[in-house]
Amino acid sequence: MQNDSFNKINVLHYHLELVLEDIDSTVNCTAEVLYHLGNKNIAPDVQFTIEGELKNTDEADNIFYSQIKSLEKELVAENIPDSHGHVSPEMEPIRLLAWVASGYVMWQNSTENTKFQFAQIKHVKQVKRSDEYLEFDYMILLHEMVSQEIIPWQMTVLWHPQHGVQVTQDSRQPKHASE
Amino acid sequence: SSCVFCLSYPLGMTAAGLRCRKSIYQWMTQIQKSNSKLVTQHYLGKTIENRTMYYLQISQPSDKTKKIIWMDCGIHAREWISPAFCQWFVKEILQNYKSDPRISRFLKNLDLYILPVLNIDGYIYSWEKDRLWRKNRSPHMNGTCYGTDLNRNFNSSWGSIGVSYNCSSEIFCGSGPESEPETRAMAQFIERKKSDILCYLTIHSYGQYILTPYGSTTKPPSNSEELMHVAKKASAALMGKYGTRYEVGSTSLILYSNSGSSRDWAHMIGIPFSYTFELRDKGSHGFVLPPDQIQPTCEETMLAVTTIIDYIDQKYFPGGAVMLTSGSLGLSLCLSVRALLVLIAMF
Repeated sequence: MQNDSFNKINVLHYHLELVLEDIDSTVNCTAEVLYHLGNKNIAPDVQFTIEGELKNTDEADNIFYSQIKSLEKELVAENIPDSHGHVSPEMEPIRLLAWVASGYVMWQNSTENTKFQFAQIKHVKQVKRSDEYLEFDYMILLHEMVSQEIIPWQMTVLWHPQHGVQVTQDSRQPKHASE
Repeated sequence: SSCVFCLSYPLGMTAAGLRCRKSIYQWMTQIQKSNSKLVTQHYLGKTIENRTMYYLQISQPSDKTKKIIWMDCGIHAREWISPAFCQWFVKEILQNYKSDPRISRFLKNLDLYILPVLNIDGYIYSWEKDRLWRKNRSPHMNGTCYGTDLNRNFNSSWGSIGVSYNCSSEIFCGSGPESEPETRAMAQFIERKKSDILCYLTIHSYGQYILTPYGSTTKPPSNSEELMHVAKKASAALMGKYGTRYEVGSTSLILYSNSGSSRDWAHMIGIPFSYTFELRDKGSHGFVLPPDQIQPTCEETMLAVTTIIDYIDQKYFPGGAVMLTSGSLGLSLCLSVRALLVLIAMF
């Protein structure tokens, strides 16, 4: 591991050994995480190695893809899950997509003193595209454990079965004025 | 409306279609009526919005003086699985106290005081307005900002660490220790009874932890080893049911620093066993636990809590054998199904 040239003590290096839960099995994973203490605006560096392979999800991905492509009108939905934890089967992939995309947002905004979790989709709107990608404009809520804050976050998500998930734009939103 | 607040996940049902069928007030009244020899409902105080807080006392009639186990739920509004567990716990005790030898043994020596929801105003607000509301509903700054975090409001190193002095924060500790009527009502009661209280339990979500004191300092409590030993036993019992893993340890070491928590305060005033439970899950659903996880969460947590109560009973009231039979377990399952059918009949 190379030290930064200008300051010797401004990175914090964690070596992690973790277990990933795949669909019906577990997979070991090791990761190196570097927090940049000098500049909190830089996301931590993450390098990881997965021992073995994750399960193939092509079939489920393609079903979801065809379902959305065949909609007559662009998808619009809100409150996923609802207050009681319900997610309709059609919305489950929409929730999972938000969860994956939010992982990117959390990573980009993590410091050594944050712990983010995905809480809820407040609102999602499909954006019409002329190419093969699916695009969704999400307003999600993140829960930050240390401050206990619920943070609204807007994110624009691109997805394609073969090309994976991309967050093309995201911005933290102000909390609603407390009533 | 008569639906003051909702009995959301009472007896192992999916929550769909169960909204506001019965309020927790009505449930408490009914519980006392149908178990009047064992259960009494008591006034604790009023919330900031003037709602009445009650606790249930489960006490086997006897000429012995008993010691007390206190358990509260619903300090934080959005942690809905917490009041659900308090309700489940009461139901289980009342269904099984005659048939379950462990329960009948500890009820000889211990009274159970259960507060199903401390933060009633916040809980109602989370049902009606904002699902992820956490604090109480006390107004600040001329009504432009609401809510104190009740679990930062107790007089345990109040205001020192892991808090905000700003009302707009979720961890706003209030204008002073016990500034909130909810905190004050509970603290005054527990202070009065503290010489008889052996165990303080407070139920939260989420994270899957059993937390020991302290949050405000990493200095361990005087009985740290024993606290950890009992918590590990409880965690093992919990895991035995569905394999759910709970981490055990001091808040300041395994979670984060915080001051003014009820668990710290209870230990500081001399209650020897003081634990925070953080129930399911670990973040995939967080506060909004899916309905099909409610009953399993309650069942496994029950095992942890009764393990702790058992230990305390045997420590302070040694002697007397406990005979476990498989028959008592079968009866418990049968009664749960019957309760389910009763609820369906109510629609």
